[in-house]
Amino acid sequence: MQEKLKVGIVCPYAWDIPGGVQYHVRDLRAALVREGHDVSVLAPAENDDNLPDYVTSTGRPIAVPYNGSVARLNLGFRSTRRVREWIRNGDFDVMHVHEPVSPGISAVALWAAQGPIVATWHSSMEKSRALQSMFYLAQTVLEKARGRIAVSELARRTLVDHVGGDAVLIPNGVDCAAFAEATPFPGWPGPGKALFFLGRLDEPRKGLDVLLAALPRIAERHPDVRVLLAGPGDADDITKKLPREVADRLTFLGTVSEEDKVRAFHSADVYVAPNTGGESFGIVLLEAMASGTAVAASDLEAFRRVLDNGTAGRHFTNGDPDALADVVNELLADDEGRAEMERVALERAWLYDWGRVTREIVDVYRSVRVPGEKVTEDLRGQFVGRLARNKDSGS
Amino acid sequence: MSWWMWVLLGVLVVVGWYLSQTAGRLDRLHRRVDAGTIALDRALLERGSVAGELAAARLPDPATAAVIGDAVHTVRRTDQNNQLSRCLAESNLTQVLGAAFDEPEAVAECAGYPGGEELMADLESTTRRGELSRRFLNDAVRACRDVRYQWLVRFFRLAGHTPWPEPFEMDDAPPAGFGSR
Repeated sequence: MQEKLKVGIVCPYAWDIPGGVQYHVRDLRAALVREGHDVSVLAPAENDDNLPDYVTSTGRPIAVPYNGSVARLNLGFRSTRRVREWIRNGDFDVMHVHEPVSPGISAVALWAAQGPIVATWHSSMEKSRALQSMFYLAQTVLEKARGRIAVSELARRTLVDHVGGDAVLIPNGVDCAAFAEATPFPGWPGPGKALFFLGRLDEPRKGLDVLLAALPRIAERHPDVRVLLAGPGDADDITKKLPREVADRLTFLGTVSEEDKVRAFHSADVYVAPNTGGESFGIVLLEAMASGTAVAASDLEAFRRVLDNGTAGRHFTNGDPDALADVVNELLADDEGRAEMERVALERAWLYDWGRVTREIVDVYRSVRVPGEKVTEDLRGQFVGRLARNKDSGS
Repeated sequence: MSWWMWVLLGVLVVVGWYLSQTAGRLDRLHRRVDAGTIALDRALLERGSVAGELAAARLPDPATAAVIGDAVHTVRRTDQNNQLSRCLAESNLTQVLGAAFDEPEAVAECAGYPGGEELMADLESTTRRGELSRRFLNDAVRACRDVRYQWLVRFFRLAGHTPWPEPFEMDDAPPAGFGSR
């Protein structure tokens, strides 16, 4: 009875650079393929050679400051043409556009296509006049999306405030089975207890500074505590500013593979997420929960939702090292309480398993579609679109 | 030509461009409303037929099956063009299903019978699709109305003879027992 769909997914950020939206698209694609659907992904890429064959590249992205950090996006005439080609040749039953308000190929794809289109909002934004005017201009394009999904309540609110209208909430997925089992690194976590931090070392919003400031206070109660750190950034820059006493406790893994990330979760007693802002969902928290590692996270709204207000993990006041130290100390000292919390967290993580999330997304696909309908190119009233078309057929 | 004729010409061009853009936009929005209506009709129809199968299989128990069967029958008898009676009949089916599957145990028991697993999965999926389609339809209706309220659109009758879009209201809350698997 379940009809198999041909789905085209658009990811506006460079495929070969790690990022939340990219991971989301990759995992969603894998889950859709497992269900028997046929999926093609369109994304920019730094290097076209190493792409998996389901990804169509729109060329090298350029760095653009966007929404408080730097995003690598595709702009310009050439990528527009590739988007149109992909839509024309794809013969898709559904087109699924991610982060449609980012100034990149997602907006272009929305503009260039018509038919059964679904859009997913990932990030949250503060209200601003500049954005407001952009949303007004983009409105005619955004309203092409027949079904809108927000991955978090914050992302949903961004959409409702800026664009108006409605969106259904379907959270990010996590591949729970992939995190369930792993061999810890040799010697970890060890009797002296270990913490784990994951994220860019030099990105202030990831909050590494808060964790480092809290370490002396944690070491007072747990003198042999060690910290595992994974993420891009220069380790020497971090350690040279720190007293020996703190620096010696740190072990840097650098950028880690998926496999090593899972091992790292299993190598720690507590996963610490000291993020100070910029998080609209908190997928890493779910990964820690699926690994069975206790979570201590700042009290960002997004984190409070994932941890169900402190039942599936502990919160500390955002940006407060002393509060962080107290929470971590308490967790490390209470083995039984920690195990109980890990059990509750694991159960909660399965509510976000990709299998379940994908079923809901497929229901969205089927709710925006008239049987037999396809995604087609939209050329109406689009001068630039016609130019691109003519140039293609002429060559 | 004197200057004011140029100005007039400019205004005409801008208005003409705006009207052609808006006509295209409106056409798209009407198609979005149509697609939403069709998807909702289909989801509700499928929900009705899955619920009917449940009732025919005497699941979850004969008494509940009879009530579900009756609600399905009412839905089928209802005039599809009468919004109000349709809304009442569909909402009635929602409430009956809600009462039958008010806890995960009831769903699990039903899924335990031969063929029950698939029926319950279908019922859960069609229920969710009905809910989604209705939200998408009403969102499309709102967007479409926003454009049709514009005075230029009304003055130039850009909507043609397309009927005024109507939202569909009904109770489509999923049964409390769903969503735990």
